[in-house]
Amino acid sequence: MDFLNAIILLLNYIFVPALTYGSQLALGAIFVTLIYGILRFANFATGDMMAFGTMVTILFTWYFQSIGISLGVLPTALLSIPFAIIFMIGYMLFIDKFVFRYYRVNKSPPVQLAMVSIGVMFVTQAVVRIIIGPSDRRFFDGEKFIIKAGEFKEMTGLNEGLAIKSSQVITIFVTLVLVSILFWFLNKTKTGKSMRAYSDNEDLALLSGIDPKKVVMITWIIAGILATIGGALYGLDKSFKPFTYFNNMLPIFAAAIVGGIGNPFGAFLGGYVIAFSEIFITYAYKKFFMYILPESMEPETLVQLLSTDYKFAVSFSILVIVLLYRPNGIFKGKVL
Amino acid sequence: MRKNLNIIAAYTIMMGLIILVGIFQSWNVALSIFNMCLISAVMTMGANVQWGYAGLINFGLMGYAALGGLAAVLISVDPVQEAWRAGGFDILMCLWLIIVMILAIRFILKNFAKSNFRTYGIAAIIIAGIIIIRVTAEPGIEAIEAVNPAKTGFLGGFGLPIMFSWIVGAFFAGGLAFIVGKVALGLRADYLAIATLLISEIVISIIKHEDWLSRGVKNVIGLDRPVPYEVNLQAKEWFINLVAKFNSGKLELISNMADKQTALNQLVIEGSSVFVKLCYSGLFLIVVMALLIVTQKALYSPWGRMMRAIRDNEEAANAMGKNVVKQHLLIFILGSAIVGIAGAMLVTQDGLFTPGSYRPMRYTFLIWVMVIVGGSGNNFGAILGGFAVWFLWIEAAPIALFLINLFTVGMSDSHALKVHLIESVPYFRYLMMGLGLLLIMRYRPKGILPEKIEIK
Repeated sequence: MDFLNAIILLLNYIFVPALTYGSQLALGAIFVTLIYGILRFANFATGDMMAFGTMVTILFTWYFQSIGISLGVLPTALLSIPFAIIFMIGYMLFIDKFVFRYYRVNKSPPVQLAMVSIGVMFVTQAVVRIIIGPSDRRFFDGEKFIIKAGEFKEMTGLNEGLAIKSSQVITIFVTLVLVSILFWFLNKTKTGKSMRAYSDNEDLALLSGIDPKKVVMITWIIAGILATIGGALYGLDKSFKPFTYFNNMLPIFAAAIVGGIGNPFGAFLGGYVIAFSEIFITYAYKKFFMYILPESMEPETLVQLLSTDYKFAVSFSILVIVLLYRPNGIFKGKVL
Repeated sequence: MRKNLNIIAAYTIMMGLIILVGIFQSWNVALSIFNMCLISAVMTMGANVQWGYAGLINFGLMGYAALGGLAAVLISVDPVQEAWRAGGFDILMCLWLIIVMILAIRFILKNFAKSNFRTYGIAAIIIAGIIIIRVTAEPGIEAIEAVNPAKTGFLGGFGLPIMFSWIVGAFFAGGLAFIVGKVALGLRADYLAIATLLISEIVISIIKHEDWLSRGVKNVIGLDRPVPYEVNLQAKEWFINLVAKFNSGKLELISNMADKQTALNQLVIEGSSVFVKLCYSGLFLIVVMALLIVTQKALYSPWGRMMRAIRDNEEAANAMGKNVVKQHLLIFILGSAIVGIAGAMLVTQDGLFTPGSYRPMRYTFLIWVMVIVGGSGNNFGAILGGFAVWFLWIEAAPIALFLINLFTVGMSDSHALKVHLIESVPYFRYLMMGLGLLLIMRYRPKGILPEKIEIK
């Protein structure tokens, strides 16, 4: 019984939250990695682009709520995401046309493109804050929990409760579906294959008749989809605040690099690596040991490797270690 | 003279703008903008040494600035004796342990061939070390943080004049740059940018959460000043006379004796604040001038030529027998040290240290905008960038307000759109920065004052 309690405890406090957080990071990391692989620059506007997508989702959600449309138990945001995606794709293509294309055509060095993306970051951040303001916003409606901690205790008779929020299930489900479609697209369709070829060797791809304009456009469209869904899922699960989104850029970069930048599957796993290590290392295991150890050996302290203040620092340290020992990432980078 | 015309023109316009602020807003505002411009200029010079001279991207500027600030705290605050008695021994033990750990790792690195076994051994030493350090430090840290937590709760510093911290801050930042450089300098440009950004986030989270060292988010306030305090100035005979002399024309117009006295008092209060700011300006100007002379000399020295050669073609420079790795590390340390000086100057001016305020937006990306806008590789350009961008950053809100009022002139004051826009005026500065950066990158990619290499 104690053993079961210990397992439920870990599930509730580590496994489920880490899986959710990891999914959110994974979507962002695939976004970063796609841009890096095909357009060949580190996009510092990642976090703010995700914030922009989320903002549009929220605006649509408010609109639907005001005219009385809802999805019942599901959050209304799910309905507004497709509309937001269309809007976001337009935004991405607009930015590409007026900002990034010039440098791509002139074959500027990647560093210059990264600097330009900082300019885009400033502008996007300003637009988001001017339109929706800098404050914290929750836009989750519908049924909040799938299993409540109390109900779970009653059902199983255990001491530890397991609470699963519907936003968590939605996040994991949507991520898995989206990522499967994306990998199917990249590996099986002709367009996807041409994207991979373009990423692998630009000149060779051009020689074999791949249209670079089309590849770049498809990349931005996929980026728009990933940014909107990734951002909206994060906002549904936690809350929407432009500043947090900007900060999330850092663990997202860490995930993309840990997974091997340019490699979408690596980025996907990298998201989970970062999320799990952040939560594993900063969780206080005292209660866990109280369940599995006999009473005489119970720990006095919290049994916490690092305090939760260092959550971000953990993922960055992992990044530094990876950069030191495997600069190409855990899964070799640059093979889209 | 002629070829420096654009430099002179640009600086004249910049100074003119600041003087206009002085005339139309107040001299207090103008001087505080000027002081922050000088500090920004020091930071941009640091970034320019790295990016303009050697082509190294350092997005970790905020970490070095924070370390400079930490130096200001550790130098100027009086030591908290009670805290030292309570937990000083444990902390010193930890310091010793860290040194032993580093020596052990060095020993292993030197004496064993590269293998998986060695890697795991080092990992084991680090993990065991962290656990031992945590166990040793825990009681000490708790004891220190329990000492009068509302006021101190940290070890304090050395109680020296705060000006020393400008040098110590440079050493702190240089030390961090040495470690970061050893770890990350081999990486490609954009990897380096991300790695430096993330490492400096680690540094800042340490400063933010190690309360025994820096009081963390509780902030350190009331640091000593290198210049007189306003209150003391206002009581000084010579200062009142000075203010009276300066404003004699204004004062003579007032005939009533009592009115004259109140007017004089008002002027003295304003004057004291201006005087203090002027003192800071003088100190900062000395630093900027000294750094400018040194960096200009370096730029045109054989060493500067070598750095440009390395920047423009690493392989060729390497083939000519230049030690690229070593020079990169050196310039990374030098540039970061300059940023460290700026961090210490900033804390000196504000008189307070707030670890929570070191955010990438303000202390990394904004500084980079300054470097790019001003002109990388050109010290005058970098300084001008610091001035222009900081000026715009501060004056963006009034400009935005003016523009909003201009464009919504037909709307009533209670119109929802107008109210919303006026409420979000502070965020227009990001918009201006972004648009400015994008326009400069597009139409003048080398900055306002581009790099110009003269062969002397």
